Amino acid sequence: MATTYDKIASTTMAGTSASVTFSSIPATYTDLRLVVVATTSVADSISLQFNGDTAANYSITILNGSGAAASSTRSSGSTRIFSNNNLSTTVPKLYTADIFSYAGSTFKTTLISLAGDTNGAGSIETNVGLYRSTSAITQVVVGLGGGNLTGTATLYGILKA
Amino acid sequence: MSNTILGIFASSGGAAASAGSYESISSQTLASDTATVTFSSIPATYVSLQLRILSRSTRAAANANLNIQINSDTGTVYTLHELSGDGATATATGSAAGGVTNASIARSTGTTATASVFAVSIVDIHNYASSTQNKTIRSFFGYDNNGSGIVGLRSVLYVGTTAVSAFTLSSASSSSFLTGSTFALYGIKG
Repeated sequence: MATTYDKIASTTMAGTSASVTFSSIPATYTDLRLVVVATTSVADSISLQFNGDTAANYSITILNGSGAAASSTRSSGSTRIFSNNNLSTTVPKLYTADIFSYAGSTFKTTLISLAGDTNGAGSIETNVGLYRSTSAITQVVVGLGGGNLTGTATLYGILKA
Repeated sequence: MSNTILGIFASSGGAAASAGSYESISSQTLASDTATVTFSSIPATYVSLQLRILSRSTRAAANANLNIQINSDTGTVYTLHELSGDGATATATGSAAGGVTNASIARSTGTTATASVFAVSIVDIHNYASSTQNKTIRSFFGYDNNGSGIVGLRSVLYVGTTAVSAFTLSSASSSSFLTGSTFALYGIKG
C-alpha cells in the first residue's frame, strides 16, 4: 500500500506574527490536514482564510462543550472560519483542520477541532466550516483577530489510493 | 505582521516522505449515483482503519444518514450514540440496547442542501482485525450550507468478534450516493 500523510510544510511561531500563511500548496493530494499547537499574546479566536479571500464567503456550524454544558452556534456570511473559543495566553491548545477535496471543483468543507482544557476551565469544540468557492485551495492563512501566535503549525497532505 | 511559508513539496511527488504508518488502501469516487459502496478483502495488517468521506445523496431532504454494515452482518448487532449541533441546539441521542441492523455512522447532504456542498466524515474503526473483541467505530462528520448545517460525533459498537474484512456503506431512506461522492480507506499501522 502507498504511504501517505505527507508533511507539506511546518513552522515554529515565535510570538512575532499574528498569522501564518501556507502558500503554493500543491494540488496533488486528496485532503489537507492542518495541526496547530499554540498560545497567543492576547486571548482571541483562531481562524482560517483561503486563497487570500477576505470576502464573506465563509460559514461555520459549531458544537461546543464548556465543561458545564453543550451548545451549538453558527455564523453565516463570515469573512473567515473562526473558532468559538479563544486560544489561551498560557496553555497551548490543539487545533486541527481537515480540509476535504481542497483541489476539487465543489465548495470546500472543513472539519475542525479545538481542544483546550486549561486545568479547571477550558472547552472542547468541533466545527464544520464552508468556503463557498469552487477554486482549488492553494493558500491557507491561519490567523488571529489580535495578538501574536507562539507555537507550531504543520500542514499535511493525504492522498487516496 | 504575518509569517509566510512556502509549501515546498518533495520533488519526487510525495514518495520522499519518511516511511510512515498511514497508508492508502483503496478508494472509490462515484461516476454515477450509487446505492451502496463496499470495501472488501481488507488486509488485517493494520491496527486501525480510517475512512474519509465526501458525500451527497439523492434523498430529497437536507441530509441523509450514512449507514454501515460490517462483514455483511445483517443482525441486530449495532448500537450507536451521537452528539451533534445544528447551529442552535446541541443534542445527544443513542440507540436502545439490543441494537439495530444497520448503523448510521455519519450523514450526507441531500438534494435540498446548497448546491455543490458535500458532507464530510472521518470514520475510525479501531482494532478492526481483532478476533476476540467487539469493534468500536467513531466518526466526526458535518456539513454547512451558509445558514444551516450539522456537525457531530458518532460512536458505533459492532457486537462481533470476527475481524473486519469488509464493510458496506449505504445512504438511508432508499436514497443513493450522488455522483462525485468519494470514499477513501486508509490503514494505520501500530
